[in-house]
Amino acid sequence: MPELRTEEMVINMGPQHPSTHGVLRVELVLDGEIVVDAIPHIGYLHRCFEKHSESMNDYQQVIPYVDRMDYVAAISNELGFAIAMERMLGIEVSERVECIRVIFAELQRIASHLVAIGTYGLDIGAFTPFLHCFRDRERILDIFESTCGARLLYNYIWVGGLSHDVPTDFKDKVRDFVQYFPPKIKEYNDLLTYNKIFIDRTADVGVLPADVALNYASSGPILRGSGVNWDLRRDDPYSIYDQFEFDVVVGKGEMGTVGDCWDRYIVRVREMEQSIRIIAQAVERMPDEGDVKAAVPKRIRPPEGEIYARTETPRGELGYYIISDGSMSPYRVKARSPCFVNLSVLPAISRGSMVSDVVAIVGSIDIVLGEIDR
Amino acid sequence: MKRYFKDIWDSFYTIGIGMGVTFRHLFTKSVTIQYPDVKLELTDRARNRLYVNMDDCIGCDQCSKACPVNCITIETVKAVPPDDLGVTSTGNPKRLWVTKFDIDIAKCCYCALCVYPCPTECIKMTDVYEFSEFDRHNLLYNFSTMTPAEVENAAMKFEKWQADKAAAKKETTDKKKAAGEKPQPKKQETGDSNKNNPPDENKSES
Amino acid sequence: MVETLEQFLPHPLLALFIHAALPMVIVFPYVLFAVWLERKVSAHMQDRLGPMRTGGWHGWSQTIADMIKMIQKEDIVPSRSDKFLFKFAPFLAFMGSYAAFAVIPFSSEYIGAHLDVGAFYILAVTSIVTLSILMAGWASNNKWSLLGAMRTSAQIVSYEIPTVVAVLSVIVATGTLNLMTISEMQSGTIFNWLIFHSPFLFIAFVLYFISSLAEVNRTPFDLPESESELVGGFHTEYSGMRWGMFMLTEYADMFLVSLLGSVLFFGGWNSPFGDFMSGPIWGVFWMISKGMFFIFVMMWLRWTLPRLRVDQLMDVCWKYLIPFAFVNLVLVALWEMIF
Ligand code: SF4
Ligand code: SF4
Repeated sequence: MPELRTEEMVINMGPQHPSTHGVLRVELVLDGEIVVDAIPHIGYLHRCFEKHSESMNDYQQVIPYVDRMDYVAAISNELGFAIAMERMLGIEVSERVECIRVIFAELQRIASHLVAIGTYGLDIGAFTPFLHCFRDRERILDIFESTCGARLLYNYIWVGGLSHDVPTDFKDKVRDFVQYFPPKIKEYNDLLTYNKIFIDRTADVGVLPADVALNYASSGPILRGSGVNWDLRRDDPYSIYDQFEFDVVVGKGEMGTVGDCWDRYIVRVREMEQSIRIIAQAVERMPDEGDVKAAVPKRIRPPEGEIYARTETPRGELGYYIISDGSMSPYRVKARSPCFVNLSVLPAISRGSMVSDVVAIVGSIDIVLGEIDR
Repeated sequence: MKRYFKDIWDSFYTIGIGMGVTFRHLFTKSVTIQYPDVKLELTDRARNRLYVNMDDCIGCDQCSKACPVNCITIETVKAVPPDDLGVTSTGNPKRLWVTKFDIDIAKCCYCALCVYPCPTECIKMTDVYEFSEFDRHNLLYNFSTMTPAEVENAAMKFEKWQADKAAAKKETTDKKKAAGEKPQPKKQETGDSNKNNPPDENKSES
Repeated sequence: MVETLEQFLPHPLLALFIHAALPMVIVFPYVLFAVWLERKVSAHMQDRLGPMRTGGWHGWSQTIADMIKMIQKEDIVPSRSDKFLFKFAPFLAFMGSYAAFAVIPFSSEYIGAHLDVGAFYILAVTSIVTLSILMAGWASNNKWSLLGAMRTSAQIVSYEIPTVVAVLSVIVATGTLNLMTISEMQSGTIFNWLIFHSPFLFIAFVLYFISSLAEVNRTPFDLPESESELVGGFHTEYSGMRWGMFMLTEYADMFLVSLLGSVLFFGGWNSPFGDFMSGPIWGVFWMISKGMFFIFVMMWLRWTLPRLRVDQLMDVCWKYLIPFAFVNLVLVALWEMIF
C-alpha cells in the first residue's frame, strides 16, 4: 500500500466570520485542527481617514474622523488628538475640563473593556456574559448621551475644551455608576472568569512572553498581560493622570503561564476596577463651576512644526503624529494605532495551537478593525 | 491524582456557581424595552436628524464650511432692492435668497459641527431618529422653501439688477426701477410642533 | 394499542401507520415549544425578554412564524456539492432520531414497538445521526463544514461509550433491556425510582446526563456547530427547510435523551406520588414533564457555560467519564450482588 498522502489545508477565517471582530481575514494553514501558520490580512475597512484629515478645512473637523477609528472607544481617540493639538498650540485647559476628560476617558475604558470581555466570552462560547456586559455598558452610554447627545461617536472632546458642559446631575450619575459597577464585576467573575471550562480554554493558550511582546512593540493589556509593567497613564502622564492613585495591573500567570490569554483577559477585568477608582477620585476632585469652552481657540492655526503625542487607550498606546504647515488644515495626521501593532503578534503566538485557540487568541488581543485599517 | 480529583471538583463547583448566577437572573427584571411600543425619552441634547428653520437662515454658508463630510449644499442669490427679506428672530438682517439648502442626511455623521457656527441658531439637531427610507435619494433633504419658479425669478432679478448696476455705473444715470412682480417668500409655519415634521422630500433638481 | 386501533380502522396497515405517526403528535409541538422556551430562558437569563410580539402573550407563536418562514425560503444547494448526499442528509438525521421514539414508553398503554431490546435499539439507531452529520459536512464541500463533521463523528463515537456504560448500569440493576419493563419496575412512589435505588445509580445518572449532552451536541460540548469558531459547523451551507430539519433533529434528540433519562432513572411515566395522578393519560403528562425538566437543565447549562476545545472534549470523555463509568458499573454490579 502506498503511503497515505496528507496535505495542509488552507482555510480563510473571515472576513465574514463571527469571531474575527469585524472584517479581519486570517489565512490559516491547518494540519487537521492544528494551526501551522496564521497570516492576518487587513484592509477591508480602510476608509482613508489619515488622507481625509489632510483635506479638512479645519483641525476641528478631524475629530469626527478620529472618533471613527476605534469606534468602541471614541473618547480615548479624541483625547489623544486633543492633547496632541493642545501641546502644539500651547493651550492649557482648566482643572474642571481635565477632570471631566479623565472621567470620560475612564468610563470609556470600562465601556470598551466590557465589550472586550463580553465578546471574548462569546468567542469562547458563553453567550450570557456578553449581554450582561452590554447591559452595563448601556449605563455608561446613557451618561455620555445625557452629556453630549451621542452614544457611540461623540465628538465631545475638542481641542482646548469640550463641546458641552456636563449636565447638572452628572456627578450623581457617575457616583451611582461607581456604586453600581463593582458587584457586577464579581458577577462576571463568577459567571465567566473563574469558570473551569473558561480557564481551560484560555490558560496556557497563546502564550506571549514578555520579550516577544516588547519586540513586537505591543502595548496596552497585551503587554501588561505578559507581565510588563508599563502604562502610559503612569509612565508618561498626560492630562492629570499623575494626580490620581491607581495600580497598573499586570498578568501574573495565575492560571497558567504568564502572558496567556487568561492573563490578558484578567488584566482587562482588573483594569476596570482601577478605572472605577480613578473615576471616584476624579468626581470628588472636579470643580463645580467653570466654562468648559474657555480655552477653545476661535480658529486653530498651529505654528509650523510637528508633534507626536501618545495616550493610553483601552487597547494600548495610541500616538498621533501631526505635521502642521502653518495653515488651517493639517499637513499630515498619522495615527500609531495600538491594535495594528498588537495584531502583528498573532502569527507568532498562534502557531501550533488549534483552530479554536486562534479564536481565543484573536479575541484576547481585542482588536477593532476600524482602528487597524483606519 | 490529587490534581485529577481537584479538576473534577473545580469543574462541578464553578459550573454550579455559574448556574446560580444565571438562575438568579432568570427572575430579575428585564432591562430591555419593547421598542416600537415603548420608547425611551431622549435627552434634550440628543443628536439625531438635522432640522433647519429656513425663516432664520441667512444663507451665510458657515454650516456648510464646518461640515467635515460636505453634506450640506447651499446656493444663494442676493436679494436686490426693493425686496426686503426682513430680519431673523435673532435680529440678523437677511440679505440672501437661499435658493438651495440640501442636506444629504445619508452622508451626515451627526457630529453636530454645523450647529455651533450658525449665527442665527437655525440649524439644529432634533431627537427624531426614525427616518429610514427604502430609497436613498429620499434622504436628500431639501430645506429651501422656494419653488423653482421663485428661484428663477430671484436669479433673474439679481442678474437684471447687476446689469442695471453695471449700466448705471457706466452711464452714471439714475437707476431704473426694477420691473415685474415681486415674489414673496413662501412662509413656513413656525413653532415647535413643526420641528419634528420630516422636511420636504422633493428630489433635488440637480 | 395497535390492536385497539385495528378494530376501528378498515385496514391494519392504516392502523400501523397511525400508530407510528403518534409520537409525531408529541414531537412536533414539543419542538416548537422547546425552541420558544429556549429563547425565553436565554432571554431572561440575560435580562432580556425574548420574543414578545408574535401572537400576543410573550410571543408564543414566534416559532410557528419561523417555521412558516423557513418553509417558504429558497432551497439553496451549493453548485459544487454532492447533490444527493447534501439533500438527503437532513432527512436521514431526522429519521435517525425519530426512529428512536418507537421504543419510548410514553405511557403504560402506549409504546411504539414493544421491543425486548429497547434500550439497545435506541443506542444503535441514534448513531444514524452521526452518519447524516458526516454526510452533510462532506457533501457541503465546505472546509468549515468538513471540520465540523469530523469533530462530530469523533465526539459522538467517543461519547457513545460512557453513555452505553451508564445505561448498562441500569440494565445490570434491572436485568432487562425492555424499556416498558424498566418503567413498570419503578411504579409506586418516588422512592421506587431507580435513581434512588443505589448511590451508584445516581452517579450513573450524572454520567449519563453529561455524556448525553455531548451526544446531542449541546453546550459545553457543542463543538460540531460552534458558531463562533466554525461559523455553523456542519450546517454552514444549509438554509431554509433543510436547515430546519437539522434544527428539528437537534431538539428531537434533546427530547429523546431526556425521555430516555427519565425512563431509565426517573420512573418513566410513573407519577411521583404513587397512585395519585397516575394512569395512562397522566403517564404521558409525567413523561413529558420529566423530559421538559431535563431539557430546561440543558438550556440552563447552555446559557451558562463556555465551550470546550476539541482535545479537552476528548480528555473529558476518555480520562474522566469512561474510567468513572466502568468503575461505577462494577460497583453497581457489586451492589446488586450484595443486596
Ligand atoms: S452633523 Fe456633522 S456631518 Fe451632519 S451635516 Fe452637520 S456637520 Fe455635517
Ligand atoms: S450657518 Fe445657519 S444661517 Fe448660516 S447658512 Fe447655515 S443654517 Fe443658514
